Amino acid sequence: MSRMLVAMSGGVDSSVAAALAVEAGHDVTGVTLKLWGGESDSGCCSVSDVEDARRVAHQLGIDHHVFNFGEEFNDHVVDPFVDGWASGATPNPCVECNRHIKFDLLLRRADLLGFETIATGHHASLVEVDGERRLARGADAAKDQSYVLHMLDAHQRGRLELPVGHMVKDEVRAEAARLGLGTASKPDSQDVCFIHSDGGKAKFLGDRIPLRAGRVVDTDGAELGTVDNIQLVTIGQRKGLDLSGGASRRYVVDTDLTTDTVTVGPREALLRGSQAVAAWHWVVDPDGVGTDLSAQISAHGSPRAVAAIDETSVRWATPEPRVAPGQAVVAYDGDTVVGWGSAA
Amino acid sequence: MTTAYLDHAATTPMRAEAIAAMVEVMSGQAGNPSGSHAAARAAMRRLDEARSSFAEVVGAHPNEIVFTGGGSEADNLAVRGVLARRGGTAVCSAVEHHAVLEPVEAAGGAVLPVTADGVVDLVAAAEILAATNPSVVSVMLVNNETGLVQPLDELAAVMAETCPEAVLHTDAVQALRWLDVATRTGAAQLVSYAGHKFGGPAGVGALVVRDGIELAPQVLGGGQEQGRRSGTQNVAGIVGMAVAAELAAAERAASVARIAELRARLVGGLRSRLDGWTETGAGERVAGMVHLCLDGVTAEPLLLLLEQGGVLASAASSCSSGAMHPSHVLAAMGYDRDRASGSLRLSIGPDTTTEDIDRALEVVPAAVERIRGAR
Repeated sequence: MSRMLVAMSGGVDSSVAAALAVEAGHDVTGVTLKLWGGESDSGCCSVSDVEDARRVAHQLGIDHHVFNFGEEFNDHVVDPFVDGWASGATPNPCVECNRHIKFDLLLRRADLLGFETIATGHHASLVEVDGERRLARGADAAKDQSYVLHMLDAHQRGRLELPVGHMVKDEVRAEAARLGLGTASKPDSQDVCFIHSDGGKAKFLGDRIPLRAGRVVDTDGAELGTVDNIQLVTIGQRKGLDLSGGASRRYVVDTDLTTDTVTVGPREALLRGSQAVAAWHWVVDPDGVGTDLSAQISAHGSPRAVAAIDETSVRWATPEPRVAPGQAVVAYDGDTVVGWGSAA
Repeated sequence: MTTAYLDHAATTPMRAEAIAAMVEVMSGQAGNPSGSHAAARAAMRRLDEARSSFAEVVGAHPNEIVFTGGGSEADNLAVRGVLARRGGTAVCSAVEHHAVLEPVEAAGGAVLPVTADGVVDLVAAAEILAATNPSVVSVMLVNNETGLVQPLDELAAVMAETCPEAVLHTDAVQALRWLDVATRTGAAQLVSYAGHKFGGPAGVGALVVRDGIELAPQVLGGGQEQGRRSGTQNVAGIVGMAVAAELAAAERAASVARIAELRARLVGGLRSRLDGWTETGAGERVAGMVHLCLDGVTAEPLLLLLEQGGVLASAASSCSSGAMHPSHVLAAMGYDRDRASGSLRLSIGPDTTTEDIDRALEVVPAAVERIRGAR
C-alpha cells in the first residue's frame, strides 16, 4: 500500500489503472497532465479529456488534479519533433514525452508532493528478474507499449506501477464497463496527441518549418518524379509517392536533404544485414543477455530477430529493411527489454 | 485537521442571514415577479425590496440596478451593451478580469498599461484614450489578483480631457466588502457586482446603470429589468445578495479593521520566517488580500503542498480545465514568466481566525523551502 499518483489521460486504460490501484488498497490521487494548448483532436489533453478523467476520479472517490506541463512539453517534445523532421530524422514524440515529462517531471513532482509511486495506463509490465525490476511486454501483444517506455531506468522502474499491463484491451474495456466508468467505450487515441487530424502532420510541420519539394530518383539516378514535402518522407515509406512508370512496388531507400533527393527502389534495396545505432544503453549486463534476442524499431512494428548486438550496431538474424534515422531501436530478450539505442 | 480557508477572493462563505432569507423565499409561495396575481406581486415586492436595499448600499437609485446572473454577465453587458448601442471602440486596463478583457479584445479594443506597481498608468492612458476616443472605458476598482485599488477618480479626470463622451465602467466585484463603493464608484456610469464575493450566493450579480446611460440588452426575451436583461429574475438569489450586501456595508468598518490586523500578522510573520519574496505591486490595497511573488517556486506544487498542510489558497487565474496559466496581471506589471510562476494569493475573510493565519505562517515557509530544496 502506498501513496500513489495515477496519471489519468481521460482514456479507458488509465481510468481502469486508477480503479485497480484503488481496489488494491493504495491511497490514490489522479492527475491529468495539460500538455498542449493548441488544437488537437486525438486526445491527450483537451478540456473534455480532463473532464472525463475528473469524472472517473470522482466516481472512484479519489482526488484529481491537473498539472500544466505545457511549457516543458513544448520544449522537450514538440520543438524536438519539429526539429527532427526538419533535419530528416523520424522522431517519436511519445518516447520523448515519456522520457522528459511523464517519468521525469511528473515523477519529480510526485516526489515533491510525497507520493511513493506513480502509475499509468500503459500496456506493459514490470517483472522481477534477479532481484531487479525489468520492463517487459504487456499481455496484449497488439497494444504493447513497452517500446515507448524503453528508456525507464532502474529508479523509475522501481517507482512505477502498470496496473493494466497484465490485461488485454478487451478485458480493460470490460472492467471499465463493469465499474460503470464513462470512459469504457471511448475510442483508443490515435497518432500524435498534439496534431489535429485535419491537415495532419503536413499541416502541423508546414505551419512551423518551410517544407520543400524534392525530386525522386531510382537507385540508378533516373528521375521518376517529385514529392511536395521532402522533410516528411521516411525511409521505408511506400505509400504517398506519385511516381511515373514501373509497375513494381517501390520503397524509399534513402533521403538526402542537402540535395533534396529521395531515392526509391525495390524492397531488396532496403535490406541490410545490420543496423547502425547511436547511444546504445544496456539495461542489463550485456554478458548476461540470453539467446532469444529481438529488436523493435517502431511503436507498432513487429519484432525482428537479432543475431548479435554491440554498442554501435544491431546485426539481424536475416536481412531487414533499413531503419529511419532517429527511430528508437529497442532490444528484447524474450519479452524483456534489455537495451536500446537510436537508429543512426 | 482543521483547514485554513484563505481563498476568500475566489469565493467566500455565505452569510447565514442570506441563506435564511433565500430559504424563506424558496420554500414560500411560488410566484413569477412578471405575473399579475397575488403570488406574482408578492415576488415582485421581494424583488423591489432587495433592489432598494442593494441600491442604497452601492449608492444608486433602484431604477439604476440591473440584476444579472453574476459578475461576468454584468461586465459583458456593460462593455458589449455600450458598444452595441453606440458603436465605436472599447478600452480597458491590462489587469482586468477576463470577463472584461475578452469582450474588449473581441471588439478589437485597446488596452491601458499598468505601472510596475500594478495600477493604471495615467500618462499612457491619456495618450491611448485621446488616440482611440473609445465609447466605453473599463477599469476595475479593485484587482482580483493583487487587491490593488485602481485610480478611478483620476482616470475619470483624464477621460474628461481626452474622451469626454466615453462611458466609464468599473468592475467592482472585489470591492464591496472592503470599500465604501457608494462613494468610490461615483466616477463610473456602469458598475458590476457579484453576490458571492461578499457573502451572497454565486450566480447572482448586478450592473449599476446610471440614469441616462443607454445600453443594448445582451439577453433578449421577456424584457425584464426594464428591458435591459431578460429572463425571470432569481428572486431568492437576489434577496440573498441584497441581505449580504447590507450586512457587508454595515459591518465594513469593523471588519476591515480586524482583517487589516490579521493581514499585518500574516505579512509580518512571513517576513520574519521566509526570505526570497516580495509583495506584488504597491499602493492602496484592500485589507483582505495578500499577494506574493516567491523566488524559486512554482505555484502548482506549492498550492498542493499548502493544501496538504491545511491551507487553501490560490495563485493566478485558472482555466476551465483546472490547469494553471501564467497571470496576465503579473505579465502586465512586467513580471517575467519565472517570477510570475511563483505567485501566491492568500485572501482573508470575515471568518478568518488568528489560528488560520498562524497555520499559514507555519505551512507556507515549510512548503516554499521544500520546493526550493528540490530544485
